Amino acid sequence: MEGTSKILPAERFDVLFEVLKKQGFDIWGVHEKDDALTLAPIDGPADLPRGRIDDTGPGKMRLIDGSRDAYFDHTLPMQGLKRLVYPPQDKVFETGEDYMFTEPPVDAKPIAVIGARSCDLVALETLADVLENGPYPDHRFAERRQALCLVAVNCTRAAKTCFCTSMNSGPRAESGYDLALTELFNSDGHRFLIEAGGERGQAVLDAMSVDEATDKDRHAANIISSTVAASMTRSIPDDARETLKSSYDHPQWSDIGERCMDCANCTLVCPTCFCSTIEDRSSLDGSIAERWRRWDSCFIRDFSYIHGGVVRKETASRYRQWMTHKLTHWHDQFGRSGCVGCGRCIAWCPVGIDITAEIRAISKTGEAVVEAGVS
Amino acid sequence: MKPKLAVWKFSSCDGCQLTLLDCEDELLALAERVEIAYFLEATRTQLDGPYDVSLVEGSISTPDEVERIKDVRADSKMLVSIGACATAGGFQALRNTRDHAELQKTVYAHPEYLDALDTSTPISDHVKVDFELRGCPIDKAQLVEVLLAVLKGRAPVIANYSQCVECKMSGTPCIVVTRGTPCIGPATKGGCGNLCPTVGRGCYGCFGPKDKPNTAVLADQLITSGTEKRVVKDLFAGYTGGAPAFADEIQRLGGEQ
Ligand code: SF4
Ligand code: SF4
Ligand code: SF4
Ligand code: SF4
Repeated sequence: MEGTSKILPAERFDVLFEVLKKQGFDIWGVHEKDDALTLAPIDGPADLPRGRIDDTGPGKMRLIDGSRDAYFDHTLPMQGLKRLVYPPQDKVFETGEDYMFTEPPVDAKPIAVIGARSCDLVALETLADVLENGPYPDHRFAERRQALCLVAVNCTRAAKTCFCTSMNSGPRAESGYDLALTELFNSDGHRFLIEAGGERGQAVLDAMSVDEATDKDRHAANIISSTVAASMTRSIPDDARETLKSSYDHPQWSDIGERCMDCANCTLVCPTCFCSTIEDRSSLDGSIAERWRRWDSCFIRDFSYIHGGVVRKETASRYRQWMTHKLTHWHDQFGRSGCVGCGRCIAWCPVGIDITAEIRAISKTGEAVVEAGVS
Repeated sequence: MKPKLAVWKFSSCDGCQLTLLDCEDELLALAERVEIAYFLEATRTQLDGPYDVSLVEGSISTPDEVERIKDVRADSKMLVSIGACATAGGFQALRNTRDHAELQKTVYAHPEYLDALDTSTPISDHVKVDFELRGCPIDKAQLVEVLLAVLKGRAPVIANYSQCVECKMSGTPCIVVTRGTPCIGPATKGGCGNLCPTVGRGCYGCFGPKDKPNTAVLADQLITSGTEKRVVKDLFAGYTGGAPAFADEIQRLGGEQ
């Protein structure tokens, strides 16, 4: 996406917040809380986890001090944009004794998210392909998504669990943003390169009195992105999609089945997993019935319950469902990968099961990153 | 005629019955729809059976209770056992794997007055149970949902997944991942409303094992990452250690000391 690019000195970072607020946005960003990064409403730059980085590995995420005072050397909050656009629970309608069905209004407040990463932008597009761009659009999702103003941050550091390069989804935001920031530390000082990615972003940029960026700034940003891309050690082999099609009986599935706990953490931190179930609730006096959509996961036994029982009885078959959906069937269904390489499922699996290592064991191409689990 | 509700107590602390009393607003609405026929904690009224629904709190831990639960079953169209005692034996089941006589001597000055069984077992070991509601104590919202479902003749919508799902639904960061705090949430059924992890404490299993938990992998992971084996065993043993999946895990880890 080509737009104008400007330079904002770090000490004037709050100007961006002020302009966004003036344009009617609530501001959300990554915030440190309870030893973790979470996406939350923030007021200004001081609420960002400045100087902190996330040290991740299989089953591990520890926040530690980084080597410099950067605003964005950390990577991802535990959950991405999905919580905002597709909340864990959502009432879809209610009815009373008159059998009139009413849908509650969508709480689609304009929100500016500061610090969305490239993989999360691609994940949002992936979700939109499933929920919004098909024949039966989920308008609740669509309205919430369209209300977002996305201020992307191009990653200046990859976590050990990141593999967006291998999924073509980062580390530099290519599309789907309103503004993109790259944090620069060089002889010209601590500054942000800001690029507009559309009219809404351009309007924000126009309202800020900032200098034009130079070719030197843009070059510096390019170098950062390519350095970060080259630093990633994990990847999904290119033949994963094809290999999985013929690996239905691979012994690795039962091996994983012994190690996986069906806890569903991986699917619930995954920014693209969209599965939900429907629950009906009734009021105590029986006069009101409500229908709710609630996050579900293919790791939960009841997920595949149909008349007569559970289809995927064994953990091994549930893990196989998850991985083959992410890496193979998603392509067939939606024409793209179901995995964007954010690595959340690796870090937030309490027993450190690593999708990149498991697919290596099945595809046998290339070397898996061998890394001890939680230490 | 309004359906008749009875609430029974076996070996327990009364906490689950208190949860029903605690329902306050809901209880009033409920009282309009059911006749509270037997609920000693709330009313002196004692109507004879048969009862449409019986809520049973507590475990079977005395010879007298073995007989009494049969009478309750015979008098109840639907029997719902409530709480960790009634569904897993409660923490009085800690005696199941120890020398009961020794324990009695340690605790009581005159153990000869006691008439207790060597084991504390869930209601379902003795009579047919129509629905088990987990928790120590049970969750108020879940209890209301079960009663509503029974009144409407539909299946209750009760969580049937791990505690981790509750963490992720509420956005609680996993403390195993962020701090290495021991937590048996991945093996435990959700439903408490994510009480412990939200305050930074590991889940200690009061809702009992989830469907087919992989306790071994969890225990080994916690031990490898620095939690003492004794602590891990205590987590499984504390509240629902009598439940078969957790009892087996405690044995696999070398049993109780
Ligand atoms: S499968 Fe894992 S790495 Fe891929 S998008 Fe989901 S959470 Fe991220
Ligand atoms: S991997 Fe599982 S939870 Fe995720 S979208 Fe596919 S079926 Fe749903
Ligand atoms: S892969 Fe890990 S996070 Fe996912 S269900 Fe299995 S144990 Fe849980
Ligand atoms: S804190 Fe415990 S219950 Fe919550 S996600 Fe982590 S392991 Fe699961």
